[in-house]
Amino acid sequence: MKAISIVALGEVDEESLSAIEAGLWQAFGFDVRRADARPEPAGAYDAQRGQYSSVLILRDLLGYVSQGDVRLVGVTEKDLFIPMLSFVFGQAQLNGVAAVISLARLRQEFYGLPPSRPVLISRSVKEAIHEVGHTFGLTHCADSTCPMSLSNNVRQVDVKGEDLCRNCSIIFEENTNHIRSRIKPGAEVRK
Amino acid sequence: MKTHWHIMVVDDEEVMRESLAAWLREDGYCVDTAVSGSEAIASARKQEYAIYFIDLKMPGGIDGIETMMEIRKIHYEASIIIVTAYATVDTAITAMKEGAQEYIVKPCNPEEISLLVGRIIKVKNLQRENTILRKKLTRQYSFHDIISKSPKMMAIFELVKDVASLRSTVLIQGESGTGKELIARAIHFSGDRAREPFIGVSCAALAETLLESELFGHEKGSFTGATSQRRGKFEMADGGTIFLDEIGDISTKLQMDLLRVLQERKFYRVGGMEEIEVDVRVIAATNNDLDQAVRDGRFRDDLFYRLNVINIHIPPLRERREDIPLLAHHFVERISHELGKDIRDIGEGGLKILMNQDWPGNVRELENAIERAIVTCKARMLTEEDFAFLNNNGNHNPEKKNWSVPMNMTLEEAESRIIGATLHRTHGNIKEAALILGIDRSTLYDKIKRYKLPRE
Repeated sequence: MKAISIVALGEVDEESLSAIEAGLWQAFGFDVRRADARPEPAGAYDAQRGQYSSVLILRDLLGYVSQGDVRLVGVTEKDLFIPMLSFVFGQAQLNGVAAVISLARLRQEFYGLPPSRPVLISRSVKEAIHEVGHTFGLTHCADSTCPMSLSNNVRQVDVKGEDLCRNCSIIFEENTNHIRSRIKPGAEVRK
Repeated sequence: MKTHWHIMVVDDEEVMRESLAAWLREDGYCVDTAVSGSEAIASARKQEYAIYFIDLKMPGGIDGIETMMEIRKIHYEASIIIVTAYATVDTAITAMKEGAQEYIVKPCNPEEISLLVGRIIKVKNLQRENTILRKKLTRQYSFHDIISKSPKMMAIFELVKDVASLRSTVLIQGESGTGKELIARAIHFSGDRAREPFIGVSCAALAETLLESELFGHEKGSFTGATSQRRGKFEMADGGTIFLDEIGDISTKLQMDLLRVLQERKFYRVGGMEEIEVDVRVIAATNNDLDQAVRDGRFRDDLFYRLNVINIHIPPLRERREDIPLLAHHFVERISHELGKDIRDIGEGGLKILMNQDWPGNVRELENAIERAIVTCKARMLTEEDFAFLNNNGNHNPEKKNWSVPMNMTLEEAESRIIGATLHRTHGNIKEAALILGIDRSTLYDKIKRYKLPRE
């Protein structure tokens, strides 16, 4: 059975992983399964920046994609970057197979605030949907409440919901007609 | 839609290049990449990019600044963002001086880059919208390729629509270069005959015998060189319209032949015995004073009355100066496109020179002047200097040639008279008068009040 696979890269908050699993199933209707955790992406570490290259992690992830994976999503606690930007919450191959998200900057404590599990879980789910959405060919959405809208900071993440807007739902359905095994009620087009 | 906008990322470092490209693609843009300046320049020749991200330091080959300068020559309007890992004031100044729109130091905050790209695209969307609106405005003022907002021309357009489907003969009078043939075409193509032929003949261009054969055709052997039978323009125009330009120049014999065709719609080919019947609408045009020619006995009055059933007089350009900016912008756009030049506009100084000319050759002369200016222009906008040849050749305005100042005239009197004359020329249009006088509208308005001048 084809499914979206989630893989923890190093030690990752278990509650967030479970929430991401449920969130992706709800948003896209594909089965979601947990792949075996992999070690921290040490090769992607940039000592000068003290961050991990999301590009190198994506390259690594492509090596782990198995036959039954509709998509493969890596989740890490490490802070990610691309060379041009100071950080990214995550990165995905547009119309590709792999995506990665980081929980580092989704935590309240990153900003000197008291930790909040509900906030972390909510943000993790939205960012996972966002990055996986890119792999299904969805680009940034102008609707700030759609999980596909661009977020450059956690305030923008918090404004988003977990349901794809009508437009993104239609594009997702068109783009995945050929691979969808079934559509769960949660993934129906939002009216 | 963001997908309308193409972005190019130029960087020799693959990870840098591809990660930025991927990030921009996620945002919905069409992104291409190049590993070197020369590859980027080659791509720029094939495809227009709205934004270029160019790495400043690219070892081997040309660097970021040189790449930018080459791309500027190809796409002047492209927005170029120079990217560097190490910011120094010198490199930033050089980049900006050479035309970079922005200079960013990596790594930069994602918010910063989103705002930057968003701001550039917003401006580009507005520019595109502006271009579309300007084109729409031009169309609003145009009628079958005739561009005007002058009330006199609007009345002609109305008349053209009214008479388009009639068979009545039309006589179009107007100075050379006013667009008589365009009006004739507008009549033809607005009416029931639009799908039938429109045949134009310049009566002044051919000798009498040739013109006769041209109009009515000839039989084989009817004159030396008539080696085969040939149909004339009247036959070719059967069912449609024949446009007889420069009708005032035809001979007395041809005037008689033409009168017969107009009366009976029948004629003989030169040397022919068979009478040919046609259904042709005749539109004639002249830049001569036909009334005077009739009075002088050079033109048959009966033919004049036959031709002059519907009379259209096209005013010379100097009597509809409000059309000069409209026509000038139209010609700049069309001619620069035809000549493959990237000239988009005409500056205020250039426009002022055009407004000051009397254009004895009318629209055609204006068009030629703009073409000459475009050919020699090196910049993207036509300026006063590009029209220097108009000043050097002397202004056509007779008022200026005869300019003299009475000995006892005060400066205020002179100013009042100049403003009064200019307002008269512009039919009271303050905006145009201010442009000609080189002062702003509010100053002109104050002066009109001070000198108690009538608006027209």
